[in-house]
Amino acid sequence: MWIYEKKLQYPVKIKTKDIQMAKYLSAQYGGPDGELSAAVRYLNQRYTMPSGRTKGLLTDIGTEELAHVEIIASMIYQLLKDATIDELKKAGLASHYTQHGRAPFPQDANGVPWTSAYIQATGDPITDLHEDMAAEQKARTTYEHLITLTDDPDVIDVLKFLWAREIVHFQRFGEALVHVQDSMDTKRCF
Amino acid sequence: MSDRKKLLDEIRQLEFATVDLNLYLDNFPDNKRALSDYNMFTNQLMCLKSEYEDKFGILTNFGYSESQFPWTWINEPWPWESGE
Repeated sequence: MWIYEKKLQYPVKIKTKDIQMAKYLSAQYGGPDGELSAAVRYLNQRYTMPSGRTKGLLTDIGTEELAHVEIIASMIYQLLKDATIDELKKAGLASHYTQHGRAPFPQDANGVPWTSAYIQATGDPITDLHEDMAAEQKARTTYEHLITLTDDPDVIDVLKFLWAREIVHFQRFGEALVHVQDSMDTKRCF
Repeated sequence: MSDRKKLLDEIRQLEFATVDLNLYLDNFPDNKRALSDYNMFTNQLMCLKSEYEDKFGILTNFGYSESQFPWTWINEPWPWESGE
């Protein structure tokens, strides 16, 4: 069961029109290393995790990722809602407008729709946790790229919050990985 | 800053602390200090949420909060509109 809380985890107050940024931000909505991929990846992998700790951690990080999906979608919504047709054209969003109007849509920065091919679940906790750690690093890098693409402080502020969460999640997945490896008590040779 | 925004900011800060401690506790369930912080912040958070919901409408539905009349869940703006 999930409960929706009618508030954002971190406030989104975009005052300046930076319409092109909406296109780039889509990378973290429906892109391969975006928040939707993260949420579906963890919430799907949790079923075959080996312990209460790892089942809990994947459930909880997956749930927090859903809150991040909402933050990114809110940014895109606010950036697009008052954009004129000319502004949309100039920002390279005419093709988005053709298919989706001013609605946020889970696709990457080039308009490629989200697909579960972006994620994996192997049923092997060691493999899955390695994927999760890599995913957090890829998302961190994407946030760093996005931050360099804008000088709007309202956008940067939210991106920095999301960036920092990637680092915390990476740390938590790393601890979980060590715990799973220790409890399997297997010799590791590299 | 409005009362509503101030209260919501405090709720967000406390909830952030509980989320972060929650993730930590998943990996370190026998850390007494983290657990006591989690319980303390949870307590404060429940008080503030109940104060907010009485004044400004419910934050959660499906039986998690009692609503004033008329049903406040559908009040606008929604979070992506207000940015809150």
